Amino acid sequence: MRIGVVVFPGSNCDHDACYAVSHNLGHQAEYIWHDSPSLGNVDAVILPGGFSYGDYLRCGAIAKFSPVMGAVQKFAGDGGLVLGICNGFQVLVESGLLPGALLRNRDLKFVCRTVTLRVETTNTPFTSGARRGQLLRIPVAHGEGCYYADAETLAELKAEDRVVLRYLDNPNGSLDDIAGICNARRNVMGLMPHPERAADPLMGSTDGRVILESMIASLATPQFAAPQALTA
Amino acid sequence: MSLTPSELDKARSILGREPNQTETGIFDVMWSEHCSYKSSRLHLKKLPTQGERVLVGPGENAGIIDIGTSPSGERYAIAFKIESHNHPSFIEPFQGAATGVGGILRDIFTMGARPIAVMDAIRFGPLDDPENGDRNKRILEGVVSGIAHYGNCFGVPTVGGETQFEPCYNGNPLVNVFALGVFRVDDIFFGRASGIGNPVIYVGAKTGRDGIHGASMASAEFTEESKQKRPNVQVGDPFMEKLLLEACLEAMRTGAIVGIQDMGAAGLTCSTCEMGSRAGTGVEIDLALVPQRETGMSPYDIMLSESQERMLIVADKGREDEVFAVFRKWGLDAVTIGFVTGDGLLRVKNHGTVVAEIPNRELADEAPLYDRPHGVAPFRPAPMEAPEFSSRDLNADLLALVGSGDLCSKRWIWQQYDYQVRTNTIAGPGGDAAIVRIKETGQSIAMSLDGNPRYCALSPREGARLIVAECCRNLATVGAVPVAATNNLNFGNPERPEIMAQIVEAIEGIKEACLFFETPITGGNVSLYNETLGEAIWPTPVMGIVGLMKTGSPVTIPFKEQGRAVILLGGMGSSDLTRFGGTQYAKVVLKTMWGLPPALDLEHEKKVQTAIRQIVNEGFAESAHDVSDGGLAVALAECTSGGIGAAVEIPVDIADLRAELALFHEGPSRILLSTADPAAVEKIANLHGVEALRLGVTMKERLRIDQRSVTLLDCPIGRLQEVWANALESQLSLQHV
Repeated sequence: MRIGVVVFPGSNCDHDACYAVSHNLGHQAEYIWHDSPSLGNVDAVILPGGFSYGDYLRCGAIAKFSPVMGAVQKFAGDGGLVLGICNGFQVLVESGLLPGALLRNRDLKFVCRTVTLRVETTNTPFTSGARRGQLLRIPVAHGEGCYYADAETLAELKAEDRVVLRYLDNPNGSLDDIAGICNARRNVMGLMPHPERAADPLMGSTDGRVILESMIASLATPQFAAPQALTA
Repeated sequence: MSLTPSELDKARSILGREPNQTETGIFDVMWSEHCSYKSSRLHLKKLPTQGERVLVGPGENAGIIDIGTSPSGERYAIAFKIESHNHPSFIEPFQGAATGVGGILRDIFTMGARPIAVMDAIRFGPLDDPENGDRNKRILEGVVSGIAHYGNCFGVPTVGGETQFEPCYNGNPLVNVFALGVFRVDDIFFGRASGIGNPVIYVGAKTGRDGIHGASMASAEFTEESKQKRPNVQVGDPFMEKLLLEACLEAMRTGAIVGIQDMGAAGLTCSTCEMGSRAGTGVEIDLALVPQRETGMSPYDIMLSESQERMLIVADKGREDEVFAVFRKWGLDAVTIGFVTGDGLLRVKNHGTVVAEIPNRELADEAPLYDRPHGVAPFRPAPMEAPEFSSRDLNADLLALVGSGDLCSKRWIWQQYDYQVRTNTIAGPGGDAAIVRIKETGQSIAMSLDGNPRYCALSPREGARLIVAECCRNLATVGAVPVAATNNLNFGNPERPEIMAQIVEAIEGIKEACLFFETPITGGNVSLYNETLGEAIWPTPVMGIVGLMKTGSPVTIPFKEQGRAVILLGGMGSSDLTRFGGTQYAKVVLKTMWGLPPALDLEHEKKVQTAIRQIVNEGFAESAHDVSDGGLAVALAECTSGGIGAAVEIPVDIADLRAELALFHEGPSRILLSTADPAAVEKIANLHGVEALRLGVTMKERLRIDQRSVTLLDCPIGRLQEVWANALESQLSLQHV
């Protein structure tokens, strides 16, 4: 499979996502420059972590205007798989592809540490390879990862089984311990933790692989095959 | 201005006329202590700089060493250096520390290397200082968030460092930043303005008035007026630096770049004259072409501005457009502001009118050189004789030590740093050494950053030797072979002979130990005039030493399993009352200092290091930890951080060490390890002629230390961990009203 990794000015986990996909999982990965109006011939898209546009104004607020985001919107609208990690999650939220907002951490400090996550649903292409209730040890590294949504949105997320991951040891004050969510169609997911940092035994955990591997395996299913593959 | 009358005379004789205001400013910054090393150069020359792996030594933006060949047959190298940002961090902690990180990162990538690791050595006045505690907290919090802000956004992991507290840093905190980058040997770039007629291109952020005279400020003592120097501190933009990094590396790949140098201290002045001087050429620029973010800037302002995130590039004539295209892609300014000439002069024009004209070589390389008087004993802030003392409660002493500022967990600090970005961090903060893998070559770089102002205050020479030995021991403890070093020399006013003597002695100590361990110094930084209102900091040389190792799962500090043998490699070590005066026990429990630092036998130290390296690399150590600050008892307590304790007995034959000394002396050349195969460990130790003292076994829940069947100390590890883990945060949250 070919996974596209979007590079915004200021992305800094783009290399890590590419390395995890290509070296740890053995698939193809390629960079997509933010200025590009199209995604090229990729099967799924990762919006990586970092500080797109310096996180000026608000995290992800400027990145959503990048030309490539039009193509990402269309790709997602056509049912393509889009995974936003950390800053990528913030961009997805700012773009309206996912609901809610990511606020400054509860203690107003950047936090980098490995947290324990619980898989809340396997009914997504990003967790289909996991077990419900499975615990994953995956690092977080962010200053603005406190998930927030209004009561109505939260109720909807819960009712539709769209809270994908929760923290057991909430590092940032996220509402309802939410670490990752998906959209109603279930083809777009955002999470603050970094699965690409937990894909190599040398990094201390390989628990992040199940998310990337699920995504890649799901591309082989009719429901989540890449939009181009369907039209081809 | 800080030029002395004789320095001004020298400037006059170089020019053959009176320098104008702009020229005087240029001489002033280039001949500042910070840029010219005029007080230390004579002594720095004594340091060993050669070695088979050294590709680039001191004098360039960073030192470079060869790390070998990748599986695909390409030779790789690492570039690394340490720099101080002490003065700015006192005046404006957040921006001072942030731009300290930014400056050293540019030194690395200007040579073509991609930064892959940062470490910080930071020192403050005590947080519980009755007078300055609250200010010290604000400075610490500002410095830490400044480092986090810059490094995290730039995307370089901050993988380690050290934090210490002494009253001598109340008015003069130290912020020393180490950075390391990796690249192919074929991709090394230099700051040289070669090729007459080649364009000189300015790239990156626009020039403003910030940081004017930063280098001069860093070369003077603090006085009451210094607090008004906030405009001298630069303001950093890590996003801009990230773009500059990517654009520079991409532009270098075009092949159109001849030379490149960052604009750091002394900004455009330093980069132009140094690039010209290294190449033996002249450089002519017109300031009207320099991108500016303020109006009405004078030539003086533009030449002396220390605005951040700027670089100067000399490109191949005719290939400018290739360079411009890359910078345009990254949304950065790139403008030709001049060209290389054959006359050896730095010629600065403003709208076509010459405003300064100075020979590059004389300006950059012929700064005044001073042999400052140092024929007196180094200043010592402590007596030689030990006071009377006797512990009432060794348990309480241990708890006080693990909860003290120097020894407690620094998690509150390093959790604010992204220490994992780039997915190379095999061992991050909190260990004896940080380890970062090099994906391209399959090997890893271990690095250790260390200083010890207490030892150096008692004896700068012995203290410096101990620091080098400890860095190398830290590397050996994770299985690495030390290969090269960088140093940051932080001292007071060199014009005082008793301070200059400290500098000279410390350099002698570094020289001796670095020669012995074959770790040449490939570059570094000197920060002098660290004084506030006439009071100097203690001598604080900081060493950063890097080592090479095979990539693999690291051996870490905590005990892993119950029932394992606990071995003290190197034995109990030696101490006496005089050598006990620089310990953390003396500091924390007795609240004083005296005597001399621990004695170091270099030959023995090397044997211990060779033995631990072999034990670790052959897989016999489940955990390993260097015994240093706080001595054996603190090292044992640190080994229990994974939830496994130990019962140990100090053997009778060295029981002439009284209990306080046996538990807390800081004699070097000792490593604490746990193993499932003590016989194998003993065999390797024997092979190297090193004692492997079987102290006891790991067990759950408690740390107990006996001597001659008397229990000296018995503490639940939960209590130790609670105190150790929370001390810093609780100190920071206490307000002095």
